[in-house]
Amino acid sequence: MSDLEAFREEARAWLESNGPTSMHLPIPESEVVWGGRQEAFSNPDSRVWLERVSEQGWTVPTWPKEYGGAGLSKAEERVLTEEWRRARCRPALMSFGISMLGPVLLEYASEEQKREHLPKIARGEIRWCQGYSEPDFGSDLAGLQTKAVLVDDEYVVNGQKIWTSYADKSDWIFCLVRTDPAASKHDGISFLLFDMASPGVSVAPIQLISGSSPFSQTFFEDVRVPKANLVGTLNGGWTIAKRLLQHERAMISQMGLGLAGSSNQSIDALAKEYVGTENGQIEDSILRDRIAQHMMDNECYGTSLRRSMEEAKAGQGPGAASSMFKFYGTELNKQRYELLVSVLGTQGLGWEGEGFSEHELKTTREWLRSKGNSIEGGTSEIQLNIIAKRVLGLPD
Amino acid sequence: MSLVLTEEQELLRDTAREFVREQAPVAALRKLRDAEDPIGFSRELWSEMANLGWSGIIFPEEYGGAGLGYAELGVVMEELGRTLVANPMMSTVLLAGNAIALGGNETQKKDVLPSVCSGERLLAFAHQEGSRHQPYRVTTTAERDTDGYRISGEKTFVLDGHIADQLVVVARTSGELRDREGLTLFLVDVNADGISRTRTSMVDSRGYANIKLTNVSVERSAIVGDVDLGANVVDVVLDRATAALSAEMLGGFTEAFERTLTYLQTRVQFGAPIGSFQALKHRAAIMFCEIELSRSIVLDTLRAIDEDRDDVPSRVSTAKARCSDSYHLIGNEAVQMHGGIGVTDEEEIGFFLKRARVSQQTLGDAAYHRRRFASLRGF
Repeated sequence: MSDLEAFREEARAWLESNGPTSMHLPIPESEVVWGGRQEAFSNPDSRVWLERVSEQGWTVPTWPKEYGGAGLSKAEERVLTEEWRRARCRPALMSFGISMLGPVLLEYASEEQKREHLPKIARGEIRWCQGYSEPDFGSDLAGLQTKAVLVDDEYVVNGQKIWTSYADKSDWIFCLVRTDPAASKHDGISFLLFDMASPGVSVAPIQLISGSSPFSQTFFEDVRVPKANLVGTLNGGWTIAKRLLQHERAMISQMGLGLAGSSNQSIDALAKEYVGTENGQIEDSILRDRIAQHMMDNECYGTSLRRSMEEAKAGQGPGAASSMFKFYGTELNKQRYELLVSVLGTQGLGWEGEGFSEHELKTTREWLRSKGNSIEGGTSEIQLNIIAKRVLGLPD
Repeated sequence: MSLVLTEEQELLRDTAREFVREQAPVAALRKLRDAEDPIGFSRELWSEMANLGWSGIIFPEEYGGAGLGYAELGVVMEELGRTLVANPMMSTVLLAGNAIALGGNETQKKDVLPSVCSGERLLAFAHQEGSRHQPYRVTTTAERDTDGYRISGEKTFVLDGHIADQLVVVARTSGELRDREGLTLFLVDVNADGISRTRTSMVDSRGYANIKLTNVSVERSAIVGDVDLGANVVDVVLDRATAALSAEMLGGFTEAFERTLTYLQTRVQFGAPIGSFQALKHRAAIMFCEIELSRSIVLDTLRAIDEDRDDVPSRVSTAKARCSDSYHLIGNEAVQMHGGIGVTDEEEIGFFLKRARVSQQTLGDAAYHRRRFASLRGF
């Protein structure tokens, strides 16, 4: 038996004996664990589950053991993912610390910073938010104006961020700040970490068209940050910022696969139910064609993600692939919700209350929420700019 | 099976690419067109392709083939698509040849396949009737008579039908017009009494024919496969040929895109390369994404055939729909982005647009394959 197969058996056995049935899929949104100081563990079993999984190092399986991971290879991680899916276990922890910040800390942070922050991310003790966009600097992110000035041994931060995901629920922020106003815009940015409980930090949630408030405006007034919280070099933050965006895009790219979503039923099954059938076919032939097209596109997209992983393993592949997947995946997700709302008809347009099922109301809200997918993490237009420049070599 | 090419496949690709660039650039197709070549492709070139093993690439070694898979075939088809090489791979190897290889008896295989692999014998698949691909819509009839069958009907859009030595004819032996049951395949000599062939001149400058069969008499030994159960062979043949055509199309629109990209980088207007304008950049980036998705589905479809997977039919339809849409988009964008020169006969980009349209329609367009996909998935 190969080492990989031995690992598979080990993982399978562990999941079977340690994964409580209450921690099987599906997972209601109210029971998703994001960790951090405010985490209430609405289902108490999820606390036990998180403790067990993080004890194994499996919230971040490929991170080194000294930082809270399990030191698994990519191949072992794939096996673990497969077994996780097979056992129908819930993810123990959702976290921007895991998907975005951790990978760049591993690459750019000092040893001391890694030992300080990575284990807390792995165990879900600290929840992180992202201080990137500003009111006047969205797509033109590198123009950001939030300032950090070194006074004695502390940076004094002043300015405003916007679209900070879950700022009101987060403990710490990774934040882009301008440390050299005289330098060209890409060369005067630094990457700072600080506690959201610091004096001078305030947060105002923003209500979206979907009715939810996942984003906030975040204000900094003379926030004092220890000098040691600078990651990488002073004024060298843009490189880290871009790398983190690649991780963010990779995370968002997964959304196109229809993994997110309100219903376990596929679009075609819903269409048969809501639109009706004639000789086993969806009665509306144009809708049938659009659903087929969407499903095919989705499958081509999934196959492309697989090819990209295989090429990366073989040392090939386009460097700006994350932009392609971000662009295509989010456009597909929007299209998916447009189709779902078409399928549900007037039942897909309810806002709240009686007359609509829970899943219909959820679909409506998610349809509206999906409009942000092609804006957050860099708009579709920005992704197309990146592809044109970095992959196709078209001139500025 | 991995979607990354193996070293052997890369080597095959390099050989094929060099061969078509030197022996059969787009200029060769123009020359055939302008000379009104009666065959529509170069027999010498086909002999050389046979020597390279391409004509027998998917057939077993015992019949003179190379015994390779569809992953390898796809590599060759993609390169043939890049320079729009006129060749009888589709007609002789993938359609009619495959019908013999998959449905024929031992005698038929031994008779036909070795001379197909050697490049000597040309075949055609006489299937379509009317103006579009509807595999079970067959009105051509084969009626029993004392010694065998008499076939009558009119076939259209028969690839290389005008120069084939033998035809595989799909005829109805029972059932109603659109029934899947009741189809039978016959291997028919083109010199048989009652066959008349008319070459049709089409926009992609390749060879096609309309074929009329009037009381064509064939013996029972001409039956390929089982009487009334021809669709079992037709379905598999069409899936494999459609996968191969998708690979050819992938090569075509990849090439058309790369040529357009070069033009965007070099054509200067308003004192700047036109590729610096965002109105064109974004469209180029979208085309790039479409090509990447197309490549993924084509590679996986070819491997699905090699692995004999259950999802071959739905993968094939996904690949053909996707490649038809991509070639349509890129064919048109390529001409538009070349500006005035793009609509001249002198510039080669127009050849890609023309081939795009014909290959989109061949073996079912995108809408056909979306309907088929929906039926396969039960909606």
